[in-house]
Amino acid sequence: MSEGIGARVLRKEDKRFITGGGRYTDDIVEPNQRYAAFVRSPHAHAKIKGIDKTAAEKMAGVEAVLDGKQLTADGIGNIICGWLIHSKDGSPMNMGAWSALATEFVRYVGDAVAVVIADSIANARAAAEAVAVDYEVLPCVTRPDAALEKGAPQLHPNAKNNLIFDWELGDGAATDKAISGAAHVVEMDFTNNRLSPNAIEPRSAIATFNAAEDHYTLYTTSQNPHLARLVLSAFYQVAPEHKLRVIAPDVGGGFGSKIYIYPEEIVCLWASMKTNCSVKWTSDRSEAFLTDAHGRDHISTAKIGFDKNHKIVGLKVDTIANLGAYMSLFSSAVPTYLYATLLSGQYDIENIHCNMRTVYTNTAPVDAYRGAGRPEACFVVERIMETAARKLGVDPAELRRKNFVTEFPHQTPVIMCYDAGNFGANLDAALAASDYAGFEKRRDEAAKRGKLRGIGMSSYIEACGIAPSAAVGSLGAGVGLWESAEVRVNPVGTIEILTGSHSHGQGHETTFAQLASERFGVPIDNVQIVHGDTDKVQFGMGTYGSRSGAVGMSAVAGALDKVETKAKKIAAHMLEVDENEIVIEDAEVKVPGTNKTLGWHEVCLNAYMAHNLPEGMEPGLKEGSFYDPANFTFPAGTYICEVEVDPETGHTDIVQFVASDDFGTIINPMIVEGQVHGGIGQGVGQALLEEAIYDEDGQLLTGSYMDYAMPRADDLPSYQVSHESTLCPNNPLGIKGCGEAGAIGTPPAVINAITNAIGNNDLSMPATPSKVWAAIQASGVKQAAE
Amino acid sequence: MYETKYQRASNVEDAAKMLAATDDGKFISGGQTLIPTMKQRLAAPSDLIDVRNIDAMKGIAVDGSNVSIGAAATHAEVANSNDVHKACPALCDLAGMIGDPHVRHMGTIGGSIANNDPAADYPAAMIALNAQITTSKRTIGADDFFTDLFETALEEDEIVTSITFQAPSKAAYAKFPNPASRYAMAGVFVAQVEDGAARVGVTGAGSSGVFRHGEMEAALSKDWSEAAIKNCKVDEAAMLSDLHGNAAYRANLVKVMAKRAVAAAG
Repeated sequence: MSEGIGARVLRKEDKRFITGGGRYTDDIVEPNQRYAAFVRSPHAHAKIKGIDKTAAEKMAGVEAVLDGKQLTADGIGNIICGWLIHSKDGSPMNMGAWSALATEFVRYVGDAVAVVIADSIANARAAAEAVAVDYEVLPCVTRPDAALEKGAPQLHPNAKNNLIFDWELGDGAATDKAISGAAHVVEMDFTNNRLSPNAIEPRSAIATFNAAEDHYTLYTTSQNPHLARLVLSAFYQVAPEHKLRVIAPDVGGGFGSKIYIYPEEIVCLWASMKTNCSVKWTSDRSEAFLTDAHGRDHISTAKIGFDKNHKIVGLKVDTIANLGAYMSLFSSAVPTYLYATLLSGQYDIENIHCNMRTVYTNTAPVDAYRGAGRPEACFVVERIMETAARKLGVDPAELRRKNFVTEFPHQTPVIMCYDAGNFGANLDAALAASDYAGFEKRRDEAAKRGKLRGIGMSSYIEACGIAPSAAVGSLGAGVGLWESAEVRVNPVGTIEILTGSHSHGQGHETTFAQLASERFGVPIDNVQIVHGDTDKVQFGMGTYGSRSGAVGMSAVAGALDKVETKAKKIAAHMLEVDENEIVIEDAEVKVPGTNKTLGWHEVCLNAYMAHNLPEGMEPGLKEGSFYDPANFTFPAGTYICEVEVDPETGHTDIVQFVASDDFGTIINPMIVEGQVHGGIGQGVGQALLEEAIYDEDGQLLTGSYMDYAMPRADDLPSYQVSHESTLCPNNPLGIKGCGEAGAIGTPPAVINAITNAIGNNDLSMPATPSKVWAAIQASGVKQAAE
Repeated sequence: MYETKYQRASNVEDAAKMLAATDDGKFISGGQTLIPTMKQRLAAPSDLIDVRNIDAMKGIAVDGSNVSIGAAATHAEVANSNDVHKACPALCDLAGMIGDPHVRHMGTIGGSIANNDPAADYPAAMIALNAQITTSKRTIGADDFFTDLFETALEEDEIVTSITFQAPSKAAYAKFPNPASRYAMAGVFVAQVEDGAARVGVTGAGSSGVFRHGEMEAALSKDWSEAAIKNCKVDEAAMLSDLHGNAAYRANLVKVMAKRAVAAAG
């Protein structure tokens, strides 16, 4: 059975994951290990008047109590945001100083003030409680719109009115003109709820400074260990790159939250040097709720204009994004180049304008979370399209179809150039799979049972594999966004693939191996994937933005090309034929139609024995490749959600969910379906259940699973997932990416369905039972049971 | 969690003595609320005296219509008890809705009612069944036992040892779970007890914890039907209001759950 591209093979990594054999950061034990406990601010905003460490320093097992002044004195730099955005007046964004341990002010509940290093977790925590911080409590602000108001508490001296930047994309005047001349205009307000990321494995780090070797090793829960090393070295001055090894071993989920460099990793490295001990920190769930970078938190208004034939003439969006107390690593890119650039949706729209103001508030930093900017854009576009269809009195599917982009490449007015797609095919497949035509019958049947049944759709598009490096550089990115890979063939023909992508649940150990299996016909069991260690893999940009397939695998393909070429040269020499005659398949290297056949292992062995190589050829069979894509990739599709709402309680039951996606080439359908299922689950979580809520004093009210509702199995439907694929023309494998689609396309489909069911379009996420019930009361829908 | 000393009592008298000898000890009987609270460092008892293994507090006995449940009976034991099922299937249903399998195999009925979480399920059943709660010192009627949020008539060193009640002629429990915690946002236990009298216990919704709804009881005592309580009022002023739902929503849920419980009881 083939194990190559398209094969539904089981995941190689699952044996260790499901038998408890994984090796996560917290599993790493160093001989001279101590534990870090952080002293965190209980206030949303306060001035630090003094820190008294004397009691804590005397407590049992305490090695050291360290604070921000010591950190600064040792030259550890501030945490930075790596993407420079300019306001529309040309001024650079106002980035406030973020020290890994606060020195003068704390700006959110959970802000780290000091750290205790002790011989046990219990002793470290006990001593952390004994550190007496004298706070002068200051007024705080948590909502993004309130932060901009006159007289709002000010967080950073260089960000007047808490404004980080006031940025725009598109032609505002042309868009205004188009909308003012439109036959129909629809206006809406949106909030995109704030989310806690909740990876199953909390963040963790263990740092070891080896004084004798003047070398640091950091194990950490990272989606991109090379980037972590680069930033730790170049900006935080912890250690030069060649004296710092960063390892991200098994990582239990990231969803974006483990892209960034957090204060804790920096402090563990520095504290290891200060104490000459290994220093370990593992977040507990309460700390994770407070300090993992949150996602989303937008407030928007949008206006869309249609001509008399219902063709869109313009879309204007005004958004405020809450970036929290400090600018996290990618925080500026998410609401700009990953948001406004996607506001064209799947539609041919001549005029689009987006204004984006980003603000500081006394809340946890906000950064990329599965989808990152694209779910926010999709929510605006797909909610307003559905609403417009209702107002125009036309079928929502047909309004979409009428406006679909149908010719490619298609240049949108907001930077993106869509390279391939067949939006109509995905819509048709979803309509057929959902029996769209039979909905009214189902609605009537549900009404007999006292339930309000509704249907809603979302035709999403997203951009993955953020690239190319030169283009993102011109837009402010502080790094290139290529990927590297190395293919090492052993003398016996087994293969190691080293990749700069990082797997934290995605299944790379299986899918990347399938590429080699496809190429040479070797079983995937003979292919080992090496990732997550800066000492092993030369460089990499890591995994986020659904880039591992489109970018990471393309680099692997490039390295495989080179290996294949060399193997064919060696085989041609051994078989005394021209290399162009050689074919490699089923682990054989042969000339078709002849008996000239070598085993794959024989060619590999010869490469290393080097007894019989072409003249001048170097021994060995190992090649590397760096791949920089020519463009983003554009996964797209249509999701159709059907719900039944209990009018008496407001409870929503998702009774059918259909997804038709275009991900380009699919390496392993089972894994892709799993990604879609997980993404829809997260999308349903955002739509129905999840919201991180701060009170007026900046206290996080949803600081545990008692109050933060994560989707459970019985909240989710059985999904019907299918694919209508067009190949991505811009990478060698035709891959588009599948990791985020579910989280992007789902929320508007769910809200469109509920609002359709209850007959009230005024419903924000999460659509909790109490909110849905209130919306039903407000709309005056007759309670079906009465 | 702060350091604590775990001790296991073998009988009721010893448990009280062990507690008396501690600085700031607490009884534990399953710990499904106490242990998470301690893990969050919001409680720091010097000692935990485990009463879950006291033989005299174990077991379920049904004698005719007389039901007696040991305080150390786990939710799983109650949920799966054939004897309880014959006498009062609604209580088995209720026990089966508590938490998840782990919670149901650790948590006990005695621990639950002694803790009196305002969103816990058992207190609604206790007052609707007019249960008698026997402790190490006395027997207390359910109406007098639950006094306020997390407050009961229990003294510091008093242990619930068993719960007894007369099997109702009909009963049912309807619960609307909090989307996050799955505790009750509103849980209503309705029971028809001796002489056709109806009792209605409400948990999860009241701002002072579990309560009986007199108007519904009067209506159902006359006419056990959904229609009978259609015009009953639930006082919003007495409802909890929090980020999961305001008082108006909870008042509505009480009504809806009551209606559904009456229908389910048949």
